[in-house]
Amino acid sequence: METPLFTYPFSIGLMFIVSFLLVVTCIWLAALSKSDRKLILKKIPGPASLKAIGETFMEALLHRKIFRKNPVLGYMHTSLAFGWFLLIVVGHLEAAVHYHTFSFPLWKSIFFRYAEPAPATGFAGHFFATSMDFLLLLILSGVGLAYYKRFNSRAFGMKKTTQLKVGDRIALTALWLIFPLRLIAEGVSAGLHRNGSFLTQPTGNLLAAILPLPLLEKPVWWAYSCALGVFFVAMPVSRYMHIPVEVLLIFLRRYGVRSQKHVNGYTRVQVFSCSRCGICLDSCQMNHANIRNTQSVYVLKQIRGRRLSDEQLFNCLLCGRCQKDCPVGIDLNDIRITQRIESTAEYNSTYDYLKNGPSPQADVVYFAGCMTHLTPSIKKSMQKLLNYAQVNYWFMDEHKAPCCGRPLIQAGQLEAAQKLIANNRDKIMQSGARTLVVSCPICYKVFSEDYKLPNVRVMHHAEYLLELVNQGLLPVHNSPKRVVYHDPCELGRGSGIYDQPRQLLGQYVELITMKHEKEDAFCCGGSLSNIKISMQERDRIRDHVLEEFQQYRPDQVVTACPLCKKTFTKGTEVEVRDLAEIVWESVSQQIIAAQPPVKQLEPEEVPS
Amino acid sequence: MNAFGFKLIEPRSIDFDQFDGRLLNEILEKEPSFKICLSCGGCTATCNAGTLIDFNIRKMNLLLRRGEITGLAREIDKCMLCGKCMLVCPRGINIRNVIMLLKKGLVQYRNENI
Repeated sequence: METPLFTYPFSIGLMFIVSFLLVVTCIWLAALSKSDRKLILKKIPGPASLKAIGETFMEALLHRKIFRKNPVLGYMHTSLAFGWFLLIVVGHLEAAVHYHTFSFPLWKSIFFRYAEPAPATGFAGHFFATSMDFLLLLILSGVGLAYYKRFNSRAFGMKKTTQLKVGDRIALTALWLIFPLRLIAEGVSAGLHRNGSFLTQPTGNLLAAILPLPLLEKPVWWAYSCALGVFFVAMPVSRYMHIPVEVLLIFLRRYGVRSQKHVNGYTRVQVFSCSRCGICLDSCQMNHANIRNTQSVYVLKQIRGRRLSDEQLFNCLLCGRCQKDCPVGIDLNDIRITQRIESTAEYNSTYDYLKNGPSPQADVVYFAGCMTHLTPSIKKSMQKLLNYAQVNYWFMDEHKAPCCGRPLIQAGQLEAAQKLIANNRDKIMQSGARTLVVSCPICYKVFSEDYKLPNVRVMHHAEYLLELVNQGLLPVHNSPKRVVYHDPCELGRGSGIYDQPRQLLGQYVELITMKHEKEDAFCCGGSLSNIKISMQERDRIRDHVLEEFQQYRPDQVVTACPLCKKTFTKGTEVEVRDLAEIVWESVSQQIIAAQPPVKQLEPEEVPS
Repeated sequence: MNAFGFKLIEPRSIDFDQFDGRLLNEILEKEPSFKICLSCGGCTATCNAGTLIDFNIRKMNLLLRRGEITGLAREIDKCMLCGKCMLVCPRGINIRNVIMLLKKGLVQYRNENI
C-alpha cells in the first residue's frame, strides 16, 4: 500500500516539531555553564537518570501534584497525557504484532484502522482493538472535561483560568479536535470495513445509517491528520511546549542543575516548561488588591516573548505561594529575581563610603535589622533576654551598620548587595563569634544563603531563644492566652523554619492552628520585594489576612518578623506581638513574682 | 564671614533656563503617590545610610523638584533600599519605587549623553 496523501500533514508536522525541539535543546544546553554541562555528562549514566524517568512518569504523565490540588483536574490531565502516551505505545505494539516486525512506516501505526481495513482476528487482534478503543474513550472523557472547564473552572477547584494568546488558541483548538476526529475517522472506517471495537463500531454503524460513508472516509482521515499537523506546528508558539520541555526540565533538575543569579539555558527551559495551567493565579494574594496581570504565569509568558515590563516584574511580593503550588516545580521566585538582576544591572551602587572598624570580641553577634529598629520593643526584648541569659553578645547594628543586603537583592541590585555583604561579613568574622542571631527573617535569609560565614551558625531569634529555653537559661511559664502564629514568608517558605517558633510559643501560650499556615501561610502584604505596589493596595492584602485571624478570635497575633508586626499593627485592634516580646513578657513577670514582696508602708508609718 | 560663625549660603533662586523637569514628570507619572510628599523629613530622620554618611533623601526630593538633577546620581547611590523611609512616611509614599525610577532614569539620561 502506498503512503496515502492525507498522512502528509501529520508527517510534516511531526518532522517539524522534532527538529525544532532538537535545535532548541542544543541551544539551551549550550547556554548552560561549563560546570553544569560537566555535571550532566557525569550523572547521565548514574541513578539520577532512572529517578528522572520515574519522575517523568509520575509528574509529566500521571500528574500526581495536580491530583493533590484537585482530583477532577488531576483526572483531566492524566487522561489526556497518560492516555495519549498509552495510545501511541499500544498503537505501535498493535501494528508491530500485526506486521510481525518493528520496522514499518510510522503512519501505519498512527492510521492503523485505515491502513488495515480487515477486522481484527485472534485473541491479540481483539485485545488490541478493545484496548485502543478503551484508551480513546479515556482520552475523550478528559477532552470532555477540558471543554467543561472552559465554562466552569470552579468545578475543578480553580477560581481563575489563564487568558490565552493566539498561538495557544490555535493549538488548543487542534488538541480539542484531534481525538473527536480520530473517533469519527475510525468510526467511518469501521462502518465501511467492520474493523472497529466496542466504541468505534457502534459509532461507525450510527454514522453509516445517516451518512454516505464511502465519500467521507478520505476527508475525515484528512481532517484527523491535519489536526495533528496543526497541533505540532503550533506547539512552539503555544503553551503546549511544556509537554516536551517539562521532561527536559525534570532530567536537568535530577542531574543537579539549579537556578543561577543570571539568565541561562536552565532559565529558558523553566520558562518554556510553564503549562500556563493557572494554578498559581489562585495562590496569588495580589488578587486581593485587584492586581491581575503580574502573576507568575503572565510574567513567564512575557519573559518567553521578551516583552516583560518593569511594572509587571516588580509588582510581586515574592512571597513564594505560587512556587509551592506549581505542578511543574518551576523556581518562580528565583526566575523573577534573576530577571530583576538583569533589568537593574546598569545602576548598581558601589557604597565606597563603607568603612570597616575593629569589631569587639564576643561569643554571639546580634543583628537586629533595619525593620527591627522600627519596632524597638522587639530589640529591647531581645537585649533583655540576652542579658538575662548572660550571653556574651555584641549588638552589631545597635547604633549604625549597613543594611543586610536582602532588600537590594529582592530589588535585583545583586552587585550592590555584594558590597554590603562583604562589609558586614568582615565585621562578623572579626568578632570571633560562632553564632549570629538575627531578629528579622529578611536578614536571616541573606545571612544564611549569601554570606558564606564559615563556622558561624546563623539563627533566627526563634531558634536561638528555643535553644536557650532548652538549655534551661530562660524560664518557661504557660499562660492561658490563645494566639495565632503568622509564618513570615522569608522564614517559612523562604527558609523552611516552621516548627521552632511553634515549639517556643508552645512553652508560653496556647497556639491555635489555622487553615492557612506553614507552607500555605499568607504574606502580610508588607513585603519589601514589591517595589510597585501602593500602600492602599498593601492594606487590602493585609486586611484579607487579618480577616482570617479574626475568625479564630485570638487574644494575640504572634509573628517572628518585625515587618509583619508593623504591617499588622496598623490594621487591627488585636495585639500583635513578636515571639521575643512574648518570651520577655513571661520571663519578666516571673522575675517580678520571684522577688520578695516589698512591704507596703501604711500612711501613719511614713516618716515625715 | 565664616570666621565669625556665619555660613555663606548660595542664592537659591530657581533658574528656569537650567530647569530639567523630565525626570520629575516621569517619576510623578509612574509613582503618583510622590505628588503628595510634604517634605516632612521623616524619611531622612530614619534613614539607615544617613547614619553612616551625609545622605539626605528629603534634600534629593527638593533638588529633583527644582529640576537640578546633576549630581543626583552620585547622591542616590548611597541609598541601601532598606525601606525604613517608606514605613515611616506619614503620606504612605512608595519611596523605594521613586528611588528605583530615579536611578533608572538617571542612567537613561547618561546613556543618551544629555
